[in-house]
Amino acid sequence: MRASLDRLRDRFAEKVLLAYSTEQGDDFAVVDPAALREVARFCKEEPELDLRMFVSMCVVDRLLLPEGGPRFELVYQLRQGREPWKKLHLKVRLTEERPQVDSVQPIWKGADWWERYAWDFYGIRFTGHPDLRRILMYEEFEGHPLRKDYPLRGRQPLVEGRGSEELIRGPGAAPPKK
Amino acid sequence: MSTPADGKARDTLEVGRQDLLSLPDSSERMVINLGPSHPAMHGTVRMLVELEGETIAKAVPEIGFLHRGFEKSCEASTWTQCLPYVDRLNYVSSLLNDFGYLVVVEKLLRLEIPERAKFIRVIAGELHRICDHLTLVGALGMELGGFTAFLYALEARELIWDRIAELTGARVTTSFGRPGGVQRDLPQGWGEKVLETLDRVAELRDELDVLLTRNRIFADRTRGAGVISRDDALEFGFTGPCLRACGVGYDVRKAHPYFVYDQLDFDVPLGEHGDNYDRYLVRMEEMKQSDRIVRQALAKIPEGPVMVGDWRVALPPKEQVYGTIEGTIAHFKLIMEGIQVPAGEAYAYTEAANGELGFYAVSDGSGRPYKLHVRAPGFPILSAVPSMIEGRLLADLIPTFDSINMIGGEVEV
Repeated sequence: MRASLDRLRDRFAEKVLLAYSTEQGDDFAVVDPAALREVARFCKEEPELDLRMFVSMCVVDRLLLPEGGPRFELVYQLRQGREPWKKLHLKVRLTEERPQVDSVQPIWKGADWWERYAWDFYGIRFTGHPDLRRILMYEEFEGHPLRKDYPLRGRQPLVEGRGSEELIRGPGAAPPKK
Repeated sequence: MSTPADGKARDTLEVGRQDLLSLPDSSERMVINLGPSHPAMHGTVRMLVELEGETIAKAVPEIGFLHRGFEKSCEASTWTQCLPYVDRLNYVSSLLNDFGYLVVVEKLLRLEIPERAKFIRVIAGELHRICDHLTLVGALGMELGGFTAFLYALEARELIWDRIAELTGARVTTSFGRPGGVQRDLPQGWGEKVLETLDRVAELRDELDVLLTRNRIFADRTRGAGVISRDDALEFGFTGPCLRACGVGYDVRKAHPYFVYDQLDFDVPLGEHGDNYDRYLVRMEEMKQSDRIVRQALAKIPEGPVMVGDWRVALPPKEQVYGTIEGTIAHFKLIMEGIQVPAGEAYAYTEAANGELGFYAVSDGSGRPYKLHVRAPGFPILSAVPSMIEGRLLADLIPTFDSINMIGGEVEV
């Protein structure tokens, strides 16, 4: 996959901030947040890369890591849609003050729920996402529980009771209105 | 029309039920709520369905009712203590989760495990894969009205779970793997018992095949329903049987062989249409392939240790713990501080029953994971359900939901 990293560097020059492979064989390309959507589209549509499979996405809160630097690191796992099924990890680093980046949902449909997950648990905002709601926590929940400064045993007050017509509603957004 | 005691005929209109005669306004949509506790919804997931007549106009899945904070809990535990949590991701095939998680730990540790341990992981994992597929096939049959199929599937699953219990001490949540190998060796005579069990499971599987595969009702309800195209499946991140049912031959065991899968001979069954019926057929065939794998692995398994001898990873033997100071110290440090995993990051993935189970782990060099992300195969698949059922009948929702095998434990980490 070395070749793919070179391909990205050739095409995007300084927009690829860093490209490296680990000893165990994972390839990472750190991309300028402003260029994420452009790079993502290239990864998917360039026949040589053909990274059509959106495997998953996660966030690392680097608050307690000694290296310093921007607080949040988004890691996108991508894979080719054909043999030899090579994979690539795209990374974007976001600061604590502005945890916001373009959504890649218009490029890969699979990014929809993963971005909602990143919003729910880390408070990352994705511009251009069609429906950025919490996914696992309930809407009244305050804060983003996987951030390193959220306490392990953090307790939140019980949610206020709801009227009888809301009883079947449960947590989450209201059902689609007629 | 009814004739009451006074002999005077009265129709419905007269008794004031005009509303029964009025046709519902077809432009009006009805919203129904399935779940989070519904007999036909696996796990606690909720589906809000907007209907036009009986056609689904819009479906919104809502998850989170089983969320337990898996990732947060793991960050507060040592690498070994994560194992019981990992078990509870896909609780129908917990061994596959165990081993999938251990692959990422061993990747960070740059650790090669003994050959015999690799074979044991393959054997136990494939047995659990059969369990997982049996559950799906049985439940699919049951929820389409064929309760008998469910009983055959569960009988077979129980037989395998008995073998798993003999091996690990637990039927469901096994916690059997350890970084560096597995907890214990195969029990005496276990291999022969497994072969006998597989023979019986094959009989029961054939019964299921006869009951379902050519059953007219079953085929009509599943064929052409819940269809997803190949391109969409890739874009959503489908893996496992659901992707292979679309005709894409991606199987981690072949594409990126781990343990000893490269030494074993097996086929990857492919579907064609990407519908519920193909997902069912792929799983039926995969059970046969898993059966082949277990038989070959049992024949080939070498003698030797099942755990690495390195006391920085493996617990020392009890005589050493109580008899020598080195053993005591190694034991104390492993229990109190955990395995010291070098700082770094890695993504490792294996083929679990529902597809690619990936773990992205970041270590800061301490005994606990700094970050452990689980890429559960069911999560992207569930997110695609609306696009698979919108425009179809409400009755297609349940078989579609069954055939993707959504497991709450892994989706709602």
